[in-house]
Amino acid sequence: MPEPEIQYRPLTPEQEARRRKRSIAIALALGAWVLLFFVLTIVKLGPQILSRPL
Amino acid sequence: MTSLTNSIGREGPAPALSAAGGDVPDYFALLKPRVMVLVIFTALVGMVVSQGHVQPMIGAISLLAIAVGAGASGCLNMWWDADIDAVMSRTATRPIPSGRITSEEALGFGLFLSVASVVVLGLAANVLAAALLAFTIVFYAVVYSMWLKRATAQNIVIGGAAGALPPVIGQAVVTGSVGIESLILFAIIFIWTPPHFWALALIKADDYARAGIPMMPNVAGPASTRRQIVWYSLLLAPLGLAPVALGFGGLLYAVIGVVGGLGMVAFSIRVLRNREGEAERRAAMGMFGFSILYLSALFSALLAEQSFGLFRPVLG
Repeated sequence: MPEPEIQYRPLTPEQEARRRKRSIAIALALGAWVLLFFVLTIVKLGPQILSRPL
Repeated sequence: MTSLTNSIGREGPAPALSAAGGDVPDYFALLKPRVMVLVIFTALVGMVVSQGHVQPMIGAISLLAIAVGAGASGCLNMWWDADIDAVMSRTATRPIPSGRITSEEALGFGLFLSVASVVVLGLAANVLAAALLAFTIVFYAVVYSMWLKRATAQNIVIGGAAGALPPVIGQAVVTGSVGIESLILFAIIFIWTPPHFWALALIKADDYARAGIPMMPNVAGPASTRRQIVWYSLLLAPLGLAPVALGFGGLLYAVIGVVGGLGMVAFSIRVLRNREGEAERRAAMGMFGFSILYLSALFSALLAEQSFGLFRPVLG
């Protein structure tokens, strides 16, 4: 059975621009996600992080 | 730059927007941002009327999680209701029916945000708050959207519970439990929802009929719906004063509650009396608009009294 032909189609400039904006938004969201967990960790642990037994 | 499309062996122009994905604002629109603002607001009021204290950053992160959870349930609602949205004038331009975002993208987006918001709230606040948020999402997306909305004229009555839960989640964030304060706020939003939505449904009855949604005006008829709007308003007016009786609503709240409650009843009677033509439309839209003002004013009063030292006790 012959392999089906896969066509690669160029994106229009408008589609490329939208994809770029989405990529930036995803990157920013991931950064915010990391920052959120960092802040959450610091706040939840509080000053006691410094007074734990070594 | 090239893209691998799913059009194996097919020739022709590149598929429209959906295959290349929507724009960032389209994804934001999936979250129903206006509903998110209302959810943040009511959850915040649920937090401030609670007898307790929460670390400000934890409170802010919790509010964010509650808002994102509400947005996620809105996204799942749009995914499920895309066929209905496409035939209703009010919703035809939403991202999925207009082809800017595919159903699959919306489903993935909604599911991811649902899980993420519940996890974050559980880590930031407590298990009860996270469980209530998860319940709210499931109730809105599954019980209301997938079942009630197309099955019964009581759809928005029962489904209104999802929109009424944010103050309860807010109190759970602060105290780790559910108290009478947030349950009263839940009851106010719950009873407020039917007259609010049915006012809109009265003038959008054709839209709902075309989409096959059994809204009250389409099932019980406009006359019965108008009477029910009045009954719910008569119930809401005294219920809106319950925070005063319980001591967490002060003088400012009492004044707004009395004036607003009378306003709700007056607008509902106007809806009952004006049954045809432009007068009917104006009465229904007046009711719809005033109901938003009423609920906003009540919750703003609570927020102002509790946060800015404006609380003056009415009883005792």
